[in-house]
Amino acid sequence: MLDQNKAAEIFERIKKHSTADEVEVLFSGGKTALTRFANNTIHQNVAEENYVVSVRTVFGERTARSTTNKLDDASLQRVVQSSERLAGVQHSDPDLLPIPEPAAPAREPSPSRHFAETAAVTPQHRAETVKKIVAVADKHNLTTAGIVSTAETVEGIFNSRGLSDWHTQTSSEISITMLAPDSSGWQKANSPNVANLDAVTLAEIAARKAIDSATPREIPPGKYTVILEPAAVLDIVGFMFFDFGGLSILDQRSFLNNRVETKLFGDNINIWDDVAHPLQSGVPFDGEGVRRQRVQLVENGVIKCLVYARATAEKMKLSEHKDKVGPIEPTGHGFPLPNEMGEAPMNIVFGTSAEPTSVEEMIASTDRGVLVTRLWYIREVDPYEKILTGMTRDGTFYVENGKIRHGVRNFRFNQSLIQMLSNVEAMGTPVRASGEESFDMVVSAMKVNDFNFTEVTKF
Amino acid sequence: MKDIPSWALDTAAQRGASYADARIADDRSRALSTKNSKVGGASDSESFGIGVRVIVDGAWGFAASDDLSRDAVEATAARAVDIAKASSRVKKRDIQLAPEKSVTAEWTTPFQIDPFTTSVEQNIDLLLKIDTELRSVAGVTLAETNMNFRREEQWFVSSEGANIHQTKYTSGVGYAAYAFAGSEIQKRSFPNSYGGQWQNKGYELIGELKLLENARRVGEEAVALLKAAQCPEGVFNIILDGSQLGLQIHESVGHPIELDRVLGMEANFAGTSFLTLDKLRTLRYGSDLVNVVADARQEHGPGLGTFAFDEEGVPAQCTPIITNGLFTGYLSSRETAHNIGMNRSGGTLRAECWNRLPIIRMTNISILPGEKPLTREQLIADTADGVYMETNKSWSIDDKRYNFQFSCEMGWEIKNGKRVRMLKNPSYSGITTEFWNSMNAICSKDEWTLWGTPHCGKGQPQQVMGTGHGAAPARFRNIKVGSAYKGT
Repeated sequence: MLDQNKAAEIFERIKKHSTADEVEVLFSGGKTALTRFANNTIHQNVAEENYVVSVRTVFGERTARSTTNKLDDASLQRVVQSSERLAGVQHSDPDLLPIPEPAAPAREPSPSRHFAETAAVTPQHRAETVKKIVAVADKHNLTTAGIVSTAETVEGIFNSRGLSDWHTQTSSEISITMLAPDSSGWQKANSPNVANLDAVTLAEIAARKAIDSATPREIPPGKYTVILEPAAVLDIVGFMFFDFGGLSILDQRSFLNNRVETKLFGDNINIWDDVAHPLQSGVPFDGEGVRRQRVQLVENGVIKCLVYARATAEKMKLSEHKDKVGPIEPTGHGFPLPNEMGEAPMNIVFGTSAEPTSVEEMIASTDRGVLVTRLWYIREVDPYEKILTGMTRDGTFYVENGKIRHGVRNFRFNQSLIQMLSNVEAMGTPVRASGEESFDMVVSAMKVNDFNFTEVTKF
Repeated sequence: MKDIPSWALDTAAQRGASYADARIADDRSRALSTKNSKVGGASDSESFGIGVRVIVDGAWGFAASDDLSRDAVEATAARAVDIAKASSRVKKRDIQLAPEKSVTAEWTTPFQIDPFTTSVEQNIDLLLKIDTELRSVAGVTLAETNMNFRREEQWFVSSEGANIHQTKYTSGVGYAAYAFAGSEIQKRSFPNSYGGQWQNKGYELIGELKLLENARRVGEEAVALLKAAQCPEGVFNIILDGSQLGLQIHESVGHPIELDRVLGMEANFAGTSFLTLDKLRTLRYGSDLVNVVADARQEHGPGLGTFAFDEEGVPAQCTPIITNGLFTGYLSSRETAHNIGMNRSGGTLRAECWNRLPIIRMTNISILPGEKPLTREQLIADTADGVYMETNKSWSIDDKRYNFQFSCEMGWEIKNGKRVRMLKNPSYSGITTEFWNSMNAICSKDEWTLWGTPHCGKGQPQQVMGTGHGAAPARFRNIKVGSAYKGT
C-alpha cells in the first residue's frame, strides 16, 4: 500500500520538478477486489492495485491539473511539465484563490474507518461468502446474482504551503438479487468493517421478497401511499444534493434558486451533511484539503444552509444572493480544482422523528398502498420542480388494510422531490443505506402519501 | 513491451491456467471546458497498466496492476490464478470458449490530425468564442462548453497465440445554453446533449461540426423555450431527430440484445432482458422498416464502437440485429456464444481500461436509413398531425428493457405538414416492441449520422464505455406523449 511517508517523498520529488508559484498534489488508490456471481455460480472475479498522482500547478491566477499512475521519476517530471504547460496557456482567473495554508488540527480526530479484518479478506473468503448466499438460493429453489467486494484505499493531499492530510480506509459490500420465474428480491449493504455484513440474513430477506412477490398482479397507475425502504429513499433523494452547492445557486441551475431560507419540505424533514457521523464513510477533507464541517442543510423543512468550496464562498459574498442564502463560509465540500461544479454535500444524514416508525408499523397503518424495495434508472425530468422519473424493481408489493397482499408489476413514477418530501407521513430509524443510483447515505424508510405512479411495465 | 505479456502468460501456465490473456494499455486523455466565459476545467491524464485474465479449474480469474516490473507482472498473474481457483469453489460447469483463430495484427483509428498535437490555447479560444455567442443572447443565464480527446494504445496477447496492437483515438465536443426565469430552467445543447458529438476521429471532428455557426441559434432556442407552450399530454404521431433516435436505439435495442443480460449475468445491477433465447428469429421486434445492425467495422464509420479486434482478439464484425422487423441477433462473447451454441463470438467483449475485466458491450448499434430519398423536412411535410422532438433531456427504462420514458429539450407541434409552434418539455413513453412496430417512416442516407454515446455504464465494478449509434429522423404513430408531467 502507498502510505503517507511514501506519498510525502513523491511530493518532494514533484516539488523539485516544478517551476510553478504553487503546487498541490492529490493521491488516491489502493487495492480493490470484487467477486461477482450469477446463476448460482461465480462468473467474474477481479482484483486491482492502482495509485494515482494528480498534480495541480498555479502561476498567479492560472491553474491546471495533470494526472498519472506512473510513479517513476521521469513520469513525475512529465506530469508536472504537463500540468505547467496547461496552466501556462490558461486565461487569468481573478476568482482563483491562493492554495490554502495548513489548518489548525481538528478538535476531534476523525473516526477510524480502517479495519484490518476487512483488509485481510482473501478471494477464498469472498468465495465462501458467495457459497453461503448460493446455499440460501438453492434452499428456496431460486437463482441468485450479486457481488461480494472489499477494498483498502487511500486518499491524500499535499501542497507547497505545507498543508498535508491523509486518509486510509477499508470498505466491504454485499449486494444480492434473488430471482424466481416471474419475480425477484434484492438486498444490499456496505460497511468499512466486513464484520458488520451478514450475508445469510441479506440473502434470506432477498429470497423472501422474491417468493412473496411471485405471480405479480397489475394494478393501475395513479397516486398511492408508498412505503419506501431506505435504499429506495436514498436513490431518489440523492438527486437533489448537488443543488445544495453554492456554485449551483450562482449558476442558476439549482432547484433552490430563490428558495434558500424558505420552507420547501414538511416539518419532519431534517438533513445534515456530516462526514464524522458514526454510520458515515469517506474522506474528512475536500479537494483543496479543507476539513469537512458538519452542516445542517434542512431544518424542519426549511432550506437552511448550502455548502461551499473556498472560492465559491468568496464569490457568493459578493453576489446578489448573499443576503438570501444563509451563512456563507467554506465548509470543506469543494471538488479538486479546476472544476465546473464547485462543491456538493456527499455525507448525507437524515434526521428522524421523535418516535421512529418501523416498516412493519408503516404497513400496518396503511389502508391502500405500495411497498417499494428499490428504485431504478432514475433521471431528472424537470430541474426546478425537481421531477424525477424511474422504475420500481426487485420487490414491489400491494398493501391493503394493514397487510402486504401480493406482488405487483413494477411501476414507472414521475414524482417531484419537493412534493415527496412535503408528504412524508412517517419515518423509521436512519440506517446506513446503499443503492445503485446515488451515493450511500444515512437515511430511514419513509411512508409517503400521493406518490405519483404514471405507468406499469410488463413484469 | 513484447516481453511483459509473456511474463504473465508463462506464470499463468506454470500455475495451471488452461487459458490466459494479458492486456497492457496506455491511456491518455485531455479534457477542456468553459463556463460563463471562464475556463472551467483543463486537465490531462494518463493511465498505464496490465490486466491478466485466466481460466483455472474451469473458472475465471482476473487481476490488474499499475506496476509493470517483472516481479509485479508475475505476481499479478499469480494473483489471477489464485482468484480463479477461488471462483472454482462456486461453479456449476467449466467455462468453455467458442473457437477463434488467433492472429497477429496492428491497427490504428484512421485520423487526419492527432488531437494531442493541437494547441490547447487555440482550443480554449474556440470554446470561449462559442461561450460568447451563447451569452450574447439576452436571457441565457449559463453557458457551458467542452472538448475532449482520448488515445488508447493496447497490446493484447493470449495463450492461444493472439498478438494484437491497437490504438484508438476519440474526439468529442459540445456546448449547452441554459435559461432560468421565474420557476423554470430550460436548456439547449449542440450538436447533442451531455457532451455533444463524439466519434473515433482525430481533431478534424471539431472542424466538421459548425460549432460557432450554431451557437447563437442554440442560445435563442433556450430562451424561447421559456415562453413556449407546454407539450400536451395524449397520443400523437411523433418524429424523433437522429440524436434522440440514437439514444432510443441504445436503450431499447442495444442493451436488451446483450447476451450476458439475457443469460442472467447482469441481473444484480444492469438487469436482465425481455429478449429470451426463444425470441431469436421469432419476435417481430419492429415494423418492416426497422433494420438494425451491430457493426464494429471501420466501413460502418468512425463510431465509438469501431475497432479492428475486441478485447479477446475477435475481429470486428457486422451482426444483423433486426432484419425487416424480425429479431435476428445478439451481442456475444466467446463464452456466451459457446453457451447458446453459436459457433463463433460476435466480437463485442470490451473493457474500459487495463484494470477492468472485458464484458459484453455495444459496438455501433445503428438503424439503417430508408432506401427511398426522404429528408427530415419532407418527413415533417408528410405528417398531418404530430409532434417533432429534438435532443435528449432525460431517459429511463426498466431493468428488462420493456417500459421506457424519454424527454427532449425541444418540440414542435406539426399541423398539416408544418411546424406551427414550439413546445417545451416534450416527452414520450411506451413499451419497446410496441414502439418499434409503430415506426412508419425513416429518412434516407443524407440525414443519417453516426452519433456517439460516450458514457454508457455497465458492470460491477462499473465500467464506462463509448458506443456508436447511426440514426436518421424517423416517425412513429400513436405514441403516448406527455406522461412525464402527468399528475406532477
